Amino acid sequence: MALLEVEDLILSFSGLQVIRELGFQVAEGSIASLIGPNGAGKTSVFNCLTGFYRPGSGRITFAGASIIGHKPHRITRAGMARTFQNLRLFRSMTVLDNVMSGMHCRTSAGAFGAVFQTRNQRREEELIREVSEECLGFVGLLEQKNRRADTLAYGDQRRVEWARALATRPKLLLLDEPAAGLNHDEKQELIGLIQRIRDERGVTILLIEHDMGLVMKVSEKITVIDYGAKIAEGTAEEVQNDPRVIEAYLGTDEEELV
Amino acid sequence: MAAPRIPVFRLSRMQRTLLLAALAAIGLLIPLAANNYVLEVLTNAWFYAILCLGLNIVVGYAGLLDLGYAAFFAVGAYTTGILSSQYGINFWLTIPVAVACSMLAGLIIGGPTLRLRSDYLAIVTLGFGEIVRIIARNLDITGGASGLIGIDRPSILGLELSKGIHFYYVFLLLAMLACFVSFRLQHSRLGRAWHYVREDEDAAEAMGIDRVAVKLQAYVIGAMFGGVAGCFFAAKMTAISPETFTFAQSVLILLGVVMGGMGKIPGVIVGAFALVLFPEVFRSMGSMRMLIFGIVMLGIMLYRPEGIWPQRSGTGER
Repeated sequence: MALLEVEDLILSFSGLQVIRELGFQVAEGSIASLIGPNGAGKTSVFNCLTGFYRPGSGRITFAGASIIGHKPHRITRAGMARTFQNLRLFRSMTVLDNVMSGMHCRTSAGAFGAVFQTRNQRREEELIREVSEECLGFVGLLEQKNRRADTLAYGDQRRVEWARALATRPKLLLLDEPAAGLNHDEKQELIGLIQRIRDERGVTILLIEHDMGLVMKVSEKITVIDYGAKIAEGTAEEVQNDPRVIEAYLGTDEEELV
Repeated sequence: MAAPRIPVFRLSRMQRTLLLAALAAIGLLIPLAANNYVLEVLTNAWFYAILCLGLNIVVGYAGLLDLGYAAFFAVGAYTTGILSSQYGINFWLTIPVAVACSMLAGLIIGGPTLRLRSDYLAIVTLGFGEIVRIIARNLDITGGASGLIGIDRPSILGLELSKGIHFYYVFLLLAMLACFVSFRLQHSRLGRAWHYVREDEDAAEAMGIDRVAVKLQAYVIGAMFGGVAGCFFAAKMTAISPETFTFAQSVLILLGVVMGGMGKIPGVIVGAFALVLFPEVFRSMGSMRMLIFGIVMLGIMLYRPEGIWPQRSGTGER
């Protein structure tokens, strides 16, 4: 069954169509990728899915319900978490505090609970801490939990973002260029991590990525877009041999070679 | 690289409790050794500490620039003033009404404007502050430009609060309560949410935090602090007039928060005290003292833009 279903999605910025009648599906429990040359509209698709952009028309169905027009925080609460292409950590806060933000949408204590430290509030605080530490342990950063987020190495900051997204207890995790800026070893670890997130935690994954090696290795299904429209879809092998994909990536001189 | 850090004395929980107890004891015992003048000044300092702590929730925790905070203080003071002087209602019963009114004022001004990014918010709050003052100046029920007189003094267990020392203790206790509430809020799910929103609104939103709701809560809770301070202000002065709630008053409160160190409770209290004590200590210099006050503030902002109170170092233990 498809966990995420996108149909006829159109997004325009002042008359320019960035996404053109795009449709694709992500099956529950799968690892899927969305690829395409620079400027193809991949991040725009993510921003539509997570509620940061409001598409002009089309349908987005997540876990059986339409999420179009919903605010980002509601979509996260519905079970779709994301990471950002450029790191968006809460820089001056500790690693643990960063990850604890993910549990915000799974808890409810308010001002009253905070001031009187009701039993419910204390139980929640404990739960938030437990889940956050578990997520940090999962990405292998538990020993760094009390450090300021911006004092960590770049690769570790990325992991904080993953832990933070996992702490929202998502059904679907959207990774926006997770390998950007990582060295070879870190990329190998990333592949392992993506598979572990799916296998051990049952989280469906959709990623955008430039690194073709990583995409081909990890994805079970790949959707290729160019100029905002789908040009191919299938397994790594099918996509690699598709003439339209080859043309999109290699076709004209000014396009980036991959 | 991180900016050079000033070493901070890290206290254990035990030491911190002892230190707080010692400070509280000093605060409680000072009136025994102080004359009326000193007592009055210190009462005023505690009063500003409450207002600054309230504004700190909005500015320091949630990162919203509010240039009209005096409006909430005015709503509290006028609610108590009107109910007490015109309808003869007991002071203690006016407090819940005043709290409700100031929270409502927070909702009315915050609801539509908190969707804006912070610069616009500053302008709207500035306008709101002026609107409240001008309304108070022009309505009959608020006594017009001359304000309200004959506000009842409150009494506790038959003791009428009328002397300076009574109000010293009232404001000291309120300030302690404000510290306690601020501390609990800061280290809670809501306090963290304010911090997330302050650092990166989009990332906070992506983590499932409703930024408008979270900001609105900061606004309403800040308004509540101002409202309560206003009630007791009205009771202490027994008379209020619109000229107490000017733009300059809002700026002064903001100054205390920024100067002491936004988002840090001890810093905000130090800021409030600096605000009140500095002009008093240098009273002998006449009107020159405001000039020096200005220069000192400039110096603080140039050399310690984070405020007087030192920044917590990176490990984040608390």
